[in-house]
Amino acid sequence: MPALAAAAEPAAAVDLLAPVIANDWVNDEYKHLVLEAGAPACLAGAGQFFHLLCPATGADQPFFRRPMSTYRADEAAGRVEFLYKVTGRGTRGLATLRPGDRLRMLGPLGIGFSLDATWRNIVVLGRGVGLATLAPLAAMAARQGVGVTAILSARSLAHVMSVSAFNEMGARTIVVTDTDGSSAPCRVETLLRGLIAAGRADAFFTCGSNRLLELMQRLGAEHGIPGQVALEQQMACGLGMCFCCVRPFREGGREVHKRVCWDGPVFPLEEAMGW
Amino acid sequence: MVDLAVRVGGLALANPVMPASGTFAEGLERVVRLERLGAFVTKTITSELRAGNPTPRVAETAGGMLNSIGIPSKGVPAFLEHTLPFWRRWKVPLVVSISAPTAQGFAELAAALDLPGVAAIEANISCPNIEADGHAFAMDPAATLDVVRRLRDATRLPLWAKLTPNTGAIAAIARAAEEGGADAVVVANTILGMAVDTETFRPRLGNVMGGLSGPAIKPIVLRMVHQCHKAVSVPVIGCGGIASAEDAIEYMLAGASAVQVGTATFLQPTAMTDIIDGLDAWCRRRGIACIADLTGAMRGDDDVLLAGAAS
Repeated sequence: MPALAAAAEPAAAVDLLAPVIANDWVNDEYKHLVLEAGAPACLAGAGQFFHLLCPATGADQPFFRRPMSTYRADEAAGRVEFLYKVTGRGTRGLATLRPGDRLRMLGPLGIGFSLDATWRNIVVLGRGVGLATLAPLAAMAARQGVGVTAILSARSLAHVMSVSAFNEMGARTIVVTDTDGSSAPCRVETLLRGLIAAGRADAFFTCGSNRLLELMQRLGAEHGIPGQVALEQQMACGLGMCFCCVRPFREGGREVHKRVCWDGPVFPLEEAMGW
Repeated sequence: MVDLAVRVGGLALANPVMPASGTFAEGLERVVRLERLGAFVTKTITSELRAGNPTPRVAETAGGMLNSIGIPSKGVPAFLEHTLPFWRRWKVPLVVSISAPTAQGFAELAAALDLPGVAAIEANISCPNIEADGHAFAMDPAATLDVVRRLRDATRLPLWAKLTPNTGAIAAIARAAEEGGADAVVVANTILGMAVDTETFRPRLGNVMGGLSGPAIKPIVLRMVHQCHKAVSVPVIGCGGIASAEDAIEYMLAGASAVQVGTATFLQPTAMTDIIDGLDAWCRRRGIACIADLTGAMRGDDDVLLAGAAS
C-alpha cells in the first residue's frame, strides 16, 4: 500500500524541471496540467502536494512558489497531473504553460491521506478546488478494496470537478449544486445521515469547504466516525522551515499551531478548526 | 583547486555560505546535501514559549517578501531534546540564534547554551517583530554595547551579533557590538515594511508590519556591509537578498567574510549549494586560489587592491 507508506514516512522529495505534456481548459475556470515526472515525483501519495515555481508573465510576477495538491500521480506512465482553478498571479502564470515548456516543481511534499485497514466504506465530501485534492483518494481506496461514496459539491454542474475521476475508480458519485439547492448543508446532512444508517460511512474525508468540514466534524463526533481533512494555507518554503503556513488545531484540549506543509496538509478531522 | 575556506568570528568554515536564521530547518535535508554548507544557523530560540504572530505571516512584494512570523519558540528544553541532537549528526559548525526581551535574558540564554555541539551564538538583537513599534537593541549603540557585553560575560563561545538595517547609524552600532566583545557582526536582518490589500483595505500581514527580505533589499544591505567593514575589524557576515554566486561575491568584495542565504532558499531549496558550486566555478574562471582574498577587495575605494585578481 504505497499511499499508506507515504503517509507514515514521506518519500524522498525532488526538485525537478518537468516537461509539460498538456495544459488544457476543462471549463471556463479550470485547467488540467499533465507533466512528465519520474520517481519519486510520480509516487506522490493521495493528498500530497508539489511546490511549483509558476512562470512569470508580463503582468504577473509571482515571487513565492505555489503549493498545488496532486490530482493524479501515475507511476507507470511517469506522470504527475494537477487540476487547478485559474484565479491569481501564480495560476495565471501556470495557465500560460504549453506542451514542451518545463515547470520547476518540488515534491512530493507533506503528509497525505491514509486508510485504516478496518475501514470497508468511506465517504468523501468535497467542494470546488477541493475535489481535485480528493480525487487520488478514490484511487487509493479502489486499490485497497475500500468502497467510496463521493459527494461532489459545486456552484453548478459545469463547475463540478473530478466526476469522471471518481467514477473511473468505481466510486458511487453524488453531485450536489448551488443551482438546484442540493448543495445546502442541511440537504448534504440528510445524505450523510443516510450513508451512516446504511453502514457506508466508516470514515469521513473532506476538502474545500469550511461549512462541509464543520458538518462532517459534527456528524463524526455524534456517531464516532473518524476522518481526515486536507487544508490549505499560504506557503513560502513548503518544507517546514518558515512557519508561515501555520493553522490552529485542537489537540488534547489545547489549541496548538501546526504547519500545513509539514504536519499536513491532511489532518485528523477532529483536530481541524474552521475558518 | 580553489580554497573556499574562511575564518569568521572564531570559527573555521569549509566555505563562506550558510543559511540565514529562520530559513533553515530539518525539512531541507530532504533535498539538499547539508554537509556541504559552511555552517548551520538555527531558527531563533527564546527562553519563553512563543506562539508567533497571527496569519497571514508572509506577503510577496516586488522582488521580495514581507514576513512577520513572530519567532514561534518551544523554549530551551525542546531545543535540547530535539533540535540540537538533530544537527549534531553533521560535522558542520552549528550556530544557534537566540533572542530575549532583556539583556539579562540574552545573557542567561547564552550561558545555558554553552554545550557540546554548539559552535557559536548568533544574538538576534535586531528582529523588528519583537519590540514595540519595531524597536530593537540594535537600533541604539548604547543598548547594543550593553547587551553584547552581558553576552560576552556569559559565554565563551564565539559570539556573533545580528544587526538591524532599521537604523541610520549602522557603523556606530557595529562598533558598539565590537566594543562589547562580538567576534563578528551579521549584517543584516530584514527591513521593516508593510503592504495593504487594496481590495479589502486590510494589511497584508496579520501583524500589520513585517520584515522585507529578498533581492529587493540587496543594494541597501550591501552598502551597510561595506560601511560596517570599514568601521570594525571583526568579520562582517553579509545577509540580504543573496540568491546567486555573483550576489555572494558582490557582498565579499564589499567587505563580507561570509554570507547568509535566506529568502532564496524558499524559492530554490538548493540555492545555498548552487551558490557554493558557483563560487568555486567563478574562482576557477578568475584564477583566484583563495576565496577569503575577496573580502573587501572592491577597487576604487581607499583600501588596498586584491593582488592576483587583475585579469
